[in-house]
Amino acid sequence: MTTPTVTASPRTWAVRLGLRRGVTEFGHMLRTAEEVGWNVVIGVALLVYLWTQKDTPVPGADGLTLPELALPGILAATIMFGMTMGPAFALATEVEDGTVLRLRATPRGTTTYSVGMLTAQVLGTLPMLAVLLVPWPFLLGDPMHQGAGGWVALVGWLLLGTLAVLPVGVVAGALCGRPGRVVPFAVAPVVVLAFVSGVFGPPTGLPGWAQGAVQAFPLYWLAHGLRSTTLPAGAEVLEIGGAWHPGLAVAVLAVWAVVGALVAPVLLRRVTSRQTAGAMAARLQAHLQRAA
Amino acid sequence: MPTVTDPAIHVDGLRMAYGRRTVLDGVSFEIDGGVVALLGPNGAGKTTTVEILEGFRRRDAGTVRVLGADPQRADETWRARVGVVLQSWRDHKRWRVRELLDQLAAAYAPYAAPRGRGAHPTDRLLARVGLTDAAAQRIGTLSGGQRRRLDVAVGLVGRPDLLVLDEPTAGLDPAARREFHELLHEVVDDDGTLVLLTTHDLAEAEVVADRILLLAGGRIVADGSPDALARAVAGPSEVRWSAGGVRHVHSTDDPVGFSRALLTGPDPVDDLEVHHARLEDAYLEIVRRHEADDPLARAATTPSEALR
Repeated sequence: MTTPTVTASPRTWAVRLGLRRGVTEFGHMLRTAEEVGWNVVIGVALLVYLWTQKDTPVPGADGLTLPELALPGILAATIMFGMTMGPAFALATEVEDGTVLRLRATPRGTTTYSVGMLTAQVLGTLPMLAVLLVPWPFLLGDPMHQGAGGWVALVGWLLLGTLAVLPVGVVAGALCGRPGRVVPFAVAPVVVLAFVSGVFGPPTGLPGWAQGAVQAFPLYWLAHGLRSTTLPAGAEVLEIGGAWHPGLAVAVLAVWAVVGALVAPVLLRRVTSRQTAGAMAARLQAHLQRAA
Repeated sequence: MPTVTDPAIHVDGLRMAYGRRTVLDGVSFEIDGGVVALLGPNGAGKTTTVEILEGFRRRDAGTVRVLGADPQRADETWRARVGVVLQSWRDHKRWRVRELLDQLAAAYAPYAAPRGRGAHPTDRLLARVGLTDAAAQRIGTLSGGQRRRLDVAVGLVGRPDLLVLDEPTAGLDPAARREFHELLHEVVDDDGTLVLLTTHDLAEAEVVADRILLLAGGRIVADGSPDALARAVAGPSEVRWSAGGVRHVHSTDDPVGFSRALLTGPDPVDDLEVHHARLEDAYLEIVRRHEADDPLARAATTPSEALR
């Protein structure tokens, strides 16, 4: 019997296995017609709508078109939806179907599971980003008004937004507990938030109190940060307050990320240790009775 | 590593209650090796017991040591030594059989050197559980029997010192069940793995187990080999015969020896019958008593008291 030598610490090893697990699951996602189809359908529908609006000027902004103004909000919403609904569904489903328990029965499996699930969800937003951004320049013109450095900053905003929102999805999944609760308790609030936060542009049409409220959430600031990165000089007049606040945007997103990083692991541990074989067995019995 | 004086599993005075319902009321036993079945009616606390042994559930009271450690506080090296076979049928549906076993086997790599034994190479494991031809198949497309064999492979992948199975044959048809029992025996013969399984099916316990622990009313009410239990429960075997038109009945622990003496004796013997003690009768009787909440059975402190 050969015993493979592992030089990494057991914890590092478990994290590495989690990354491998996440990449494997992402591969499964890419090979599942429904998952790919969902991204393509939504992405193409958005592109078609925006293509019909490609010459619609934005009032008050010199030469800016509606699609150009909309892109940052769409990217922010993609991150928001992907990073809340994805982990929430994955966690609620995989606690129930025994995936979590299966991993928990292996050494450091909870770490591997958590890293793997999060990795798969983060990678899972790439298809939607690709469906939107790859054809964009050909259909709607170059959306970036700040050169190559702007693209680097854009990736930075997307990563920061991911860190801010991912814990929200974990917390939602842990609190929902069952996949059936995810839509009413996690998806619905995000949809409402997306509407009021202004996907296609800044939410300046809202009453003042509501403008204040959306600024407590990461979605507004992620979209704001992205607009400050892609839009040309002068577009800031469209924002609430008529100015760019990239520093404030980073600060708000960072607060969400830090608080999330403190809260989410606690809930994640609670939910992964709650699942027991007895509960699984009870579900199997129920399943067999249904099947019979 | 357990020493000679340290049994693989030591449970003493284990108590567990869910709210006001007491499930385990002072369970004590020791296990050293072989295949041991924890037998009992539904709701007897079998699953709770194994969950405590697996370190998945915290106990209310009592001493539990598994492979030299308290499962509640055991480290990841201990976890690497315990294989768990789950009753699951939905997880990892999109994974291919080999893909999942490879991924899970890798989890044991850091513990191979300290333990002196690492994970099974996937090919060998697939061959052992009879899934070689299904290696590239998606798990969601496996049949019920294949799925259960995969469950065993997952339990075995880290080459555990102890394998715990909770109701492993629930939902299997008789053919798949027999196949499963054979697989279990191969596992023990090959690796010397200690196997603890729960079942509410007496026939299963009799077939697979070297030793049966009978759990009822929150306690171990009987403990022994299937044969010994049957004798303890239903009393010794009965030999019936007639000689010279007179019918005789004799109870004995050694029906073969007695019959031989009878047949080689001076009197001609007709109609010799040996009635073995039947474990099934005893089991049904115990279950009936506990389900009827018989105070006699509840008060019982020793197997012989409980079983008579």
